Amino acid sequence: MHRTHVKVLEDVLDANGTIARANREDFDREGVTVVNLMGSPGAGKTTVLERVVAALPDVRVGVLEGDVRGTLDADRIAFLHVPVTQINTDPSFGGECHLDANMVRSAVPSLPLGEIDLLVIENVGNLVCPAEFHVGEHTRVMVSSVTEGEDKPLKYPLMFRACDLVLVNKIDLLPHLDFDLERFLSNLDAVHPAVPRLLLSARTGEGVEAWRDWLIETTTREAVPA
Amino acid sequence: MHELSIASAIVATVERHAGGSPVTTVRVRVGRLRQVVPDSLEFCFGMVARDSVCEGARLELEVVPAVLRCAGCEHEWELETPPFWCPACAGTEVAAVRGEELEVESIEIEEEEAACIART
Repeated sequence: MHRTHVKVLEDVLDANGTIARANREDFDREGVTVVNLMGSPGAGKTTVLERVVAALPDVRVGVLEGDVRGTLDADRIAFLHVPVTQINTDPSFGGECHLDANMVRSAVPSLPLGEIDLLVIENVGNLVCPAEFHVGEHTRVMVSSVTEGEDKPLKYPLMFRACDLVLVNKIDLLPHLDFDLERFLSNLDAVHPAVPRLLLSARTGEGVEAWRDWLIETTTREAVPA
Repeated sequence: MHELSIASAIVATVERHAGGSPVTTVRVRVGRLRQVVPDSLEFCFGMVARDSVCEGARLELEVVPAVLRCAGCEHEWELETPPFWCPACAGTEVAAVRGEELEVESIEIEEEEAACIART
């Protein structure tokens, strides 16, 4: 036997990146703006999405739901009469904790890209892995709720640095919590200075208008003429 | 917790370069900003390497420090912990010069003498 040294110099996630670019080309060809919505389990990703979809009558929205198991979130979105596609990352019991470009690739044929302006991909609830895997999105939004504690940006800088907008959810609970909003925002600025952030409550609807306006503005800006 | 996915991606990358030969060593460069836990990655690598050309291979990790550069004043510094703003001018437009690496640098493979061909 002979031992051989082989230079590789290849990004570990190159394969994912290649597929993500193919997804992005498909989205651009159809003039669809794609948002990758991320956040921890229970942060309120589905609820902030439900709220804003109901407030976007002039934008044709489609939703791609990523979950380890089940169709609970997809069922909630379908109730709003928007096209929704479900990806389950767990065919048996070995589910991935994030969506990757290939999973989204497999869902592309079933997405009505010609009939929508905006596709929201709701990622699996997780503050680490989704940040590593681009899926072909134009922009990344994360939901962080005030019940999660103000230290989260410092504990999960990769996720907080990977997003273009932070939705600070459940602010209706602030009077009942010890959550220090100022400290949270300064922790956020420490890991991602000046990242746009919106305070909202998906439960009461406070702040949802600004989230809607951000989506309209982003959809208009990113739209590539078909 | 993303170490399992990264370990799988490392094995997939190595498989494309090993040409079916058994791999003895895999050298990976990991930037500090990737939030990879080395012990966890080694553990996961051992699991996902089973039944692949990487089975039994040693994973050597080179951790690359995070170096940031300020777009405003061009100051460069090594970051140990947040904040991600410039210590010289407090500018917030900073970019990582190093520390975001996640690449398979090289591998060692075992080949039959007769099958030994030059690889670059």
